Amino acid sequence: MIRYRSYLLTFLSAFIVLGSWEIAGRIPVSYSFPTFVETITAFWVLLLDGTMFVAYGETLKPLVVGVLISAFLGIGIGLTIGLSKKFDWLLSPVFVVMQTAPLAALIPLLVMIYGIGLTSKVFVVCIMAMPVIVLNTSGAVRNTPASIIEMGQAFLGTKRDIILKIILPAASPIIFAGLRLGVSAGFIGAILAELKITPTGVGDIISYSRSIADYPSMYAAIMSIILLAVIFLNVLERIENFLFKGTRQGYASE
Amino acid sequence: MKIFGYQLPAMSSLILWGILWELVGQFELTFFLPPLSAIFSTLMEIGTTKVFLKALAETGYAFFVGTFFAIVIGIPVGILMGKSRLIDELLLPWVNMFLSAPLTALVPVLMVLFGFGMKSIIITTALFAIWIIVLNSRAGVMQINRSLIEMANSFGASPKDAFFKIYFWAALPEILGGVRIGFIRAVKGVIIGQLLISIVGFGALFELYSANFLMKHFWAVLIVLFSISFTIAEFLAHLERKVAYYAARR
Amino acid sequence: MSNNTNDIDNAVTVSNVYKNYGDVEALRDLSLDFPRGQLTSLLGPSGCGKTTLLKIIAGLLPADSGEITVNSQPVTGPGPDRAFVFQDFALLPWATVMRNVAFGLELRGVNQSEREAIAEKYIGDVGLKGFENSYPHELSGGMRQRVGLARALSVDAQVLLMDEPFSAVDEQTRRKFQEDLLNLVKNENKTFIFVTHSIEEAVYVSDQVAILLPRPSRVSEIIRPEGFRHKDATSIRRDSEYLDIVDRIWASLRTYVE
Ligand SMILES: Nc1ncnc2c1ncn2[C@@H]1O[C@H](COP(=O)(O)OP(=O)(O)OP(=O)(O)O)[C@@H](O)[C@H]1O
Ligand SMILES: [Mg+2]
Repeated sequence: MIRYRSYLLTFLSAFIVLGSWEIAGRIPVSYSFPTFVETITAFWVLLLDGTMFVAYGETLKPLVVGVLISAFLGIGIGLTIGLSKKFDWLLSPVFVVMQTAPLAALIPLLVMIYGIGLTSKVFVVCIMAMPVIVLNTSGAVRNTPASIIEMGQAFLGTKRDIILKIILPAASPIIFAGLRLGVSAGFIGAILAELKITPTGVGDIISYSRSIADYPSMYAAIMSIILLAVIFLNVLERIENFLFKGTRQGYASE
Repeated sequence: MKIFGYQLPAMSSLILWGILWELVGQFELTFFLPPLSAIFSTLMEIGTTKVFLKALAETGYAFFVGTFFAIVIGIPVGILMGKSRLIDELLLPWVNMFLSAPLTALVPVLMVLFGFGMKSIIITTALFAIWIIVLNSRAGVMQINRSLIEMANSFGASPKDAFFKIYFWAALPEILGGVRIGFIRAVKGVIIGQLLISIVGFGALFELYSANFLMKHFWAVLIVLFSISFTIAEFLAHLERKVAYYAARR
Repeated sequence: MSNNTNDIDNAVTVSNVYKNYGDVEALRDLSLDFPRGQLTSLLGPSGCGKTTLLKIIAGLLPADSGEITVNSQPVTGPGPDRAFVFQDFALLPWATVMRNVAFGLELRGVNQSEREAIAEKYIGDVGLKGFENSYPHELSGGMRQRVGLARALSVDAQVLLMDEPFSAVDEQTRRKFQEDLLNLVKNENKTFIFVTHSIEEAVYVSDQVAILLPRPSRVSEIIRPEGFRHKDATSIRRDSEYLDIVDRIWASLRTYVE
């Protein structure tokens, strides 16, 4: 009984929320608020006629490219900042400002410079995802326990050895957590780009179905992208827990 | 970093970047980066205009109302979750889900439900801020020393007293941490809301300036926004450090 | 008792060393010689600068002034002639006991099968056989400390710098290690520099005990317990000279405690 309690409660909680959605949709609270069943039906229709797959192919393009660029550049820059006082002084403030500032406001500018194509969207994903990756990486590198670095020096590790065999493995749990936060921010960026720049992919389904007042489809598309993001981030978190179990050093990010 | 044995202040490299920006602008290397000085003089001009002040007021209003709701709803919900296992298990999956969900996708729903206006922007702001506040308040309550609660019970504290005099204060450092991150997220939320619902506040200004290629104006507004959000973040971090001393001694 | 270190071959010499951390004066004009093939203990109140001195000898920290030599060569950085046992163990949390013990050899470029064979032996010596594939977080404090010990032993350095190497092991293991250490000193011509907080331990294992003053640290006294070295383990602990020296050191240290 105790073992199933948590599953039971999760199920109960989902039932309450989705049930209230259904009831609210039936009253209806608003003509633009479809019921849960209508939304799920629309979701299956979109899925079965292939619209959803085509849309995600489109949506994931800037997301994947942007996240990959951010990961490589971000980790590289973060390592440089973490290892060098000079670069720390020079670059850290820029990324600290980027992290706190509402960078989304740059979108109109990006559109002016790069047009409404893929480049702009990739850029949006990058500016959203990169700061947290850079800051997590540099912080993790800087926080490598001094004693194990000293140990490496005492046993005659070269600078390269110490970076590759001590600093990088010590920092990798936090770097990975930074990547996960970066992906999360990248999702926000990718959707923002599709809603603000040009409606393509899932953004197109959302905008188009809103314009023809097909609210169930609109809700279904939104639900699907939120679910996709949440599931994907969950999987990343599981991988993280699996890779670094027991060896975590436990300092928080964000 | 040190130069000639003198420790350079933390954010001082921004001055260097500012100078670089000015040079790029002066040599007119790209149309998109006017000289920083020109941007500041534009800022002086538009800073007092009605349009700008109205946008600022609208944004500030949406931001504060949004975060207000996020705080007054988020903290009690978080405390309840930390106190009661049943409520926690019912709500936690949803809180976690919305914490990592791309909330931008919800803005179109808000637009059709609450209209193209202030209301939707306020709700967007609140949605960006609330989840981390809930989660941190919950974490704060969960780490409260059991003996503190037993002490309150043994002195016959009413549930209301226990809530306001024990749980809130004992969890305060974590709650403030959540509020700080919530504020930072709210800044992003209020801007994203305005970008998508671009008839209110700075959203409208951005449309206007970018449609007319008024780069100096555009950057002037951006710089105002960036400095406000940075100041808010730093101020809250400062506050948090002030309570941190007693967090260490609980 | 003899203090004539001039005619003795010193493996390590420390002369007139000063070290400040910002405003904190850790070492002031400290001089001390470490005879080759012998074990020297550093005994002194907590925070007096024992770790600092050890790290300076190891070449991990620069001294502000003064000279340190190892085998008559001035120290400019870490070298293959010295191995360090860290007070806080300094293990890699993501590496197994085997990799941790072999890590010193790995950094020296010894190939895998060779270094694992060597590590295997020392893992057995410190009593961790069967834990080769465990991770540090799966070990007790004392077991972790032994991993650090095995790592330092496996690189076969001439000078061993041991910063409270037995502080976390249990009393039985500790006594066994003390005896192993005595054997090591006797059988291998290695020089040991040994930091401890236990007066009994220092007197028991040392050829020379250096008593350090509280910060800023200098050597206040050097004691050479020699008379009972030839006796067997159990009778040493009841030997009158042994007990006398322990008492004398306690008498001089307690003035700092009060
Ligand atoms: N990195 C550092 N920065 C500033 N001060 C330091 C640093 N390391 C040590 N100190 C100071 O130098 C003094 C000597 O430290 P050290 O670690 O050498 O003491 P110790 O004799 O090894 O003490 P213990 O027996 O407790 O290990 C201490 O008072 C300490 O506060
Ligand atoms: Mg020490």
